[in-house]
Amino acid sequence: MEAAAGGGCGSGPPPLLLSEGEQQCYSELFARCAGATGGGPGPVPPDATRVAPGTATAAAGPVADLFRASQLPAETLHQITELCGAKRVGYFGPTQFYIALKLIAAAQSGLPVRIESIKCELPLPRFMMSKNDGEIRFGNPAELHGTKAQIPYLTTEKNSFKRTDDEDKQQETQSPTMSPLASPPSSPPHYQRVPLSHGYSKLRSSTEQMHPAPYEARQPLVQPEGPSSGGSGSKPLRHQASLIRSFSVERELQDSSSSYPDEPWRITAEQREYYVNQFRSLQPDPSSFISGSVAKNFFTKSKLSIPELSYIWELSDADCDGALTLPEFCAAFHLIVARKNGYPLPEGLPPTLQPDYLQAAFPKPKRECALYDSYSESLPANQQPRDLNRMEKASVKDMADFPVPTQDVTGDDKQALKSATNEALPKDVSEEPATKSGLLPPPPALPPRPCPSQSEQVSEAELLPQLNRAPSQTAESSPAKKDTPYSQPPSKPIRRKLRPENQTTENQEPPTTVSGPAPVATVKPHPTVQKQSSKQKKAIQTAIRKNKEANAVLARLNSELQQQLKEVHQERIALENQLEQLRPVTVL
Amino acid sequence: MAVCVAVIAKENYPLYIRSAPTENELKFHYMVHTSLDVVDEKISAMGKALVDQRELYLGLLYPTEDYKVYGYVTNSKVKFVMVVDSSNTALRDNEIRSMFRKLHNSYTDVMCNPFYNPGDRIQSRAFDNMVTSMMIQVC
Repeated sequence: MEAAAGGGCGSGPPPLLLSEGEQQCYSELFARCAGATGGGPGPVPPDATRVAPGTATAAAGPVADLFRASQLPAETLHQITELCGAKRVGYFGPTQFYIALKLIAAAQSGLPVRIESIKCELPLPRFMMSKNDGEIRFGNPAELHGTKAQIPYLTTEKNSFKRTDDEDKQQETQSPTMSPLASPPSSPPHYQRVPLSHGYSKLRSSTEQMHPAPYEARQPLVQPEGPSSGGSGSKPLRHQASLIRSFSVERELQDSSSSYPDEPWRITAEQREYYVNQFRSLQPDPSSFISGSVAKNFFTKSKLSIPELSYIWELSDADCDGALTLPEFCAAFHLIVARKNGYPLPEGLPPTLQPDYLQAAFPKPKRECALYDSYSESLPANQQPRDLNRMEKASVKDMADFPVPTQDVTGDDKQALKSATNEALPKDVSEEPATKSGLLPPPPALPPRPCPSQSEQVSEAELLPQLNRAPSQTAESSPAKKDTPYSQPPSKPIRRKLRPENQTTENQEPPTTVSGPAPVATVKPHPTVQKQSSKQKKAIQTAIRKNKEANAVLARLNSELQQQLKEVHQERIALENQLEQLRPVTVL
Repeated sequence: MAVCVAVIAKENYPLYIRSAPTENELKFHYMVHTSLDVVDEKISAMGKALVDQRELYLGLLYPTEDYKVYGYVTNSKVKFVMVVDSSNTALRDNEIRSMFRKLHNSYTDVMCNPFYNPGDRIQSRAFDNMVTSMMIQVC
């Protein structure tokens, strides 16, 4: 091309020798100047290769702008223009343009503006772009290009979006009773921060916020980034080209998905985590499902009306099997939270709450499944009482989520639990009033569990996040009175998880001390965990002993009942004999 | 197709009744009510020996001048009654059967909802939508 350029202009300026980088840069600049005149096609750089060198001309306007952006004095620019031959031929052809650019580079390097200067190796010319030039650089200031420029600079955008979004969302928020947790009105800011680490969600957020956010807010952002982008020359251009293409593909994806303008129906990661915990409290195996009655009891505590709950169930139970899997449960919970915060229930299940979407967006970690699988296998018989235990704890936790007067809920929960567990666990129920009174009673004798095989060390790692979550949950609960019941629920799961790891037994005393320091020292999980692990061994031994005693008692009871059954059988035989004896009498 | 669709509980009170709003609905309610006798008759006639083999679809219960009434009973004695316009001669038995099958499926979905107490009025929106689709189809 250099030879052709040199030969094409005939006896004009000497042939140019351009390096690869220079060639690319110059051709792009030229194409931009040429393309900008015609209001150019969208992606600029690809066209550069298609521009036939000899045919296109760059209009004087953009070229002049470009030259001015090089921040050279006007005289120098005049000289350059003369030298490159544009004045002679009357237009900026590619050869003239390239020569001019080379001269600009020379001038910027401090060399005199002479033809001879362009023969040596020179750095690329630097152009300080003003805002207008920035627009020209990016072609027509369409939305696409605006965001294209922003993709590398999302950090600054994030703040502007967050600001505008906060304003929008605060206007939308009507509900006076805001739950302390991440309720839908507060989820957009969370959403801005949290999922912005995911590439897909990042772009999705930028496309969505594009529409409401005023475009002017973005333009000032373009300006300060202009100079830095101008400095890197053609690199951002090409980068933007690939970005444009990928972005347009993603835009297509997001156009289908950007029909999710409904922020309240999107579950943030924090919310998701919370829902998963609640699910685990009802059903330890995250890959299994919650039965209808269990879910009904749980959701009834939200104090929504039955028709509304019925409708929410209808929306969330996609396969209509009367049970909730984890994504269905999350959807239902999210709808309940939304409804409590004043959002009207949708006509149909929003696309972001569909089970397959939720499963794809938030794949559950495998190791937790494994842990809970081994868990659930080892606890078949004791599932029921513990479920009720956990439901109670869940209800206690829910008092923070469902923005209802806490006193009413505790009263109702107590009654509900009392009626439900009258036969099963009188012990636990009697402990709840003690809990509510603000004391920290010794932990109830949980139904003793046979020690399963050693589970992975991973469970300890999980405990730590759960311990950390527990303090955050307690922090969120406003009434201080609830801190005690809150402290107890985290300690229970901690103990449960630690037990499977230990083979030795321990007294019931250490669990008392464990639950005591546990809520206090939740901030220092590591030493506490190790202490607990040693104490839990004794606890297990005690539990085994108690189990054996209970077995003995039940065996005795069994034998007594068998005896009674035999007696009843004998009575029945006797009566039947009598009946047969009497029958011939009646027939006659 | 259907002009009126009704779901009657075992104790013969309506769980769900809806008619096309063109004419006075009371007439349809009356027709459904009288059809219950016919349903009981059919059940009792088949019931004793062939309880297991009793088909759920009862067929045409009785025709009137303008309408035909079809019936369907589930194993839990919940009855579905459908009133169809007589002028709609294109309706075949198979289509009526399929409509009843859809009704039955939607009804079981309603039952699966733990918040639904058997014996309550059916207020499920999904059920409403399904019935609407059946009623509008012909129109």
